[in-house]
Amino acid sequence: MLGIVRQKTLEQSLKKIRPAVSVLRSYSSAAKQMTVREALNSALDEEMSADSKVFLIGEEVGEYQGAYKITKGLLDKYGPERVLDTPITEAGFTGIAVGAAYYGLKPVVEFMTFNFSMQAIDHIINSAAKSNYMSAGQISVPIVFRGPNGAAAGVGAQHSQCYAAWYATCPGLKVLTPYNSEDARGLLKAAIRDPDPVVFLENELLYGESFPISNEVLDSSFCLPIGKAKIERKGKHVTIAAYSKMVGYSLKAAEILEKDGIDAEVINLRSIRPLDRSAINDSVRKTNRLVTVEEAFPQHGVGAEICACVVEESFVYLDAPVERIAGADVPMPYAANLERMAVPQVEDIVRAAKRACYRSVQ
Amino acid sequence: MALSYLRSSSSRSANLLKPLSSGLSLRSPISTDTTPITVETSVPFTSHRCDAPSRSVETNPKELLTFFRDMALMRRMEIAADSLYKAKLIRGFCHLYDGQEAFAVGMEAAITKKDCIITAYRDHCTFMGRGGTLLEVFAELMGRQAGCSKGKGGSMHFYKKDSNFYGGHGIVGAQVPLGCGLAFAQKYSKDETVTFAMYGDGAANQGQLFEALNISALWDLPAILVCENNHYGMGTAEWRAAKSPAYYKRGDYVPGLKVDGMDALAVKQACKFAKEHALKSGPIILEMDTYRYHGHSMSDPGSTYRTRDEISGVRQERDPIERIRKLILSHDLASEKELKDIEKEVRKEVDDAITRAKESPMPEPSKLFTNVYAKGLGVESFGADRKEVRATLP
Repeated sequence: MLGIVRQKTLEQSLKKIRPAVSVLRSYSSAAKQMTVREALNSALDEEMSADSKVFLIGEEVGEYQGAYKITKGLLDKYGPERVLDTPITEAGFTGIAVGAAYYGLKPVVEFMTFNFSMQAIDHIINSAAKSNYMSAGQISVPIVFRGPNGAAAGVGAQHSQCYAAWYATCPGLKVLTPYNSEDARGLLKAAIRDPDPVVFLENELLYGESFPISNEVLDSSFCLPIGKAKIERKGKHVTIAAYSKMVGYSLKAAEILEKDGIDAEVINLRSIRPLDRSAINDSVRKTNRLVTVEEAFPQHGVGAEICACVVEESFVYLDAPVERIAGADVPMPYAANLERMAVPQVEDIVRAAKRACYRSVQ
Repeated sequence: MALSYLRSSSSRSANLLKPLSSGLSLRSPISTDTTPITVETSVPFTSHRCDAPSRSVETNPKELLTFFRDMALMRRMEIAADSLYKAKLIRGFCHLYDGQEAFAVGMEAAITKKDCIITAYRDHCTFMGRGGTLLEVFAELMGRQAGCSKGKGGSMHFYKKDSNFYGGHGIVGAQVPLGCGLAFAQKYSKDETVTFAMYGDGAANQGQLFEALNISALWDLPAILVCENNHYGMGTAEWRAAKSPAYYKRGDYVPGLKVDGMDALAVKQACKFAKEHALKSGPIILEMDTYRYHGHSMSDPGSTYRTRDEISGVRQERDPIERIRKLILSHDLASEKELKDIEKEVRKEVDDAITRAKESPMPEPSKLFTNVYAKGLGVESFGADRKEVRATLP
């Protein structure tokens, strides 16, 4: 198994996580910064403080301080009754967590990566997602399943899959995909407060990335709405819809496209289920062109669903076929050059956007 | 002849180096000398629902020398992999086996290449035991064409089908039902061979293990489940993960044997016993009491959940290579210098293999699309930009 912390993030994980307020390095005129890791840690801390029913459960979340240090300091602060280290038995501890949620507690289950959630997927789908429906509202399941999702760096075929589309298929689940620190804080808090099962898909490579953050986001009552996308960059020529790490790539692609006179609008989906169809359609009705970007396998993916909903709702507005950038349709190879080909790169997004704008691709 | 005495904190090991019968007083070339020597294992076996085998193990100078060389090679290989990882030539995950070598060599001494082995992700030395080469190991770790999986698998996904080594698995516990499946196929085909399915103390609590064990027992499959108990599942000590860390007893109705996994001869004896049992009476569990010097993986320092004293203590008292070295010296089978020369040779072999591995190129881009299927039916597959990169699967 694993406990990969890359060189860069290792240094960050060695820094102590202090309470949210003092994490910021506040210079007199510079914006405050926070890493995604700090954002998640502070969100967990605040929600556990606010509601004694919230507890953490998963492998290495306690004494080890979290495989990726997301739960650092929480065992010391809240004790072993609320931060539970489990054996390596996903089916067992996930079932136990769902059962606790039936009874009214609010578990936050950590999967060391979502690849291991497959051992527990029956409980996520059949025990959690469908219960409120089957019981006609008697048994709601206020549980959060969180952890890193998608490709990391060189971790091979069994440790690199993105599960957004799989979980988003299922009615009864909510599926969130934060990108930056504001997303991480606001969406995790929303997920924990939500009475339904939420699948919270983080990204290992984003944990160490730092983003500017406002005072509003730092407040312990801060929360983002579930089911609403964010326009990260306004534009008028082409819409690029992405989630998680690919939002960063899309923003970089937008900078490159700008130099060629293409003004891209980048949508940070934030929520895969519910999918913010109106935000996507509003954007496409403005730009008339769409590129979807995801790291996952292409077939039956998030991009396919977005394309379908745009064709259904905004067909006459489309001036070009919808372009789809996704992971390669192969199991993730280990060799660095093959891995690079298997995951979308910024140039792939640029090329697709240019095609959508009928520009020649250089 | 000098008898080097092994001091140990436990009550065992006093008998370690007392040979019951010795070979020649004149030393023959060790590499071919098969004169029998009998050695006692460090501790007696502990059994569950079976009669433990004798702790007197038959061996010979050739075997002992081979054990020494093979384990020294494995040790050197893993340490070199540590350096390569820190130099960023190895990416992703890297789980090292140093400390546990006695199991890989002891098991191979008891079985044939027609018997099957399957393990989890700490698989470099297991692969070597099955006849893999250093070049295949280092090239795979560095993602090159000469790797055993042509660079596409990585550290956790080594395979060697022609020696019946079925990998190399990243999902904790999954390899155990797979191993029972291999045993099923062996019985189905009437091959009179067995499967060793290895797993760690962390995986020992997985439900799928018990499901597969139950079926194996019902159907009398020749499955040998081997718990390589190095006492830590990543950062979690065994007593924090298992209500009963007596893993050799966890099979309940399935017999089990507890073995000193740092004693290659004890391992050999146990595996021989287990193979005979499995062919006659179905599944058996072996628990190997072993230890890993490194942390769980290269991302884990291995010192936040165990003390440095504990690690160095095991290295002093129980190191598998030192045990064999002392045995060889006490039986006068080789001199200290000869053994040191072997270690120097081994070091050079490892360095040479790394040099050659570095020269091996990365896979061709077209290889992204190969082996998705055994029979691709001519369907299309796509790269990240489906309009730019597509391929037909053969």
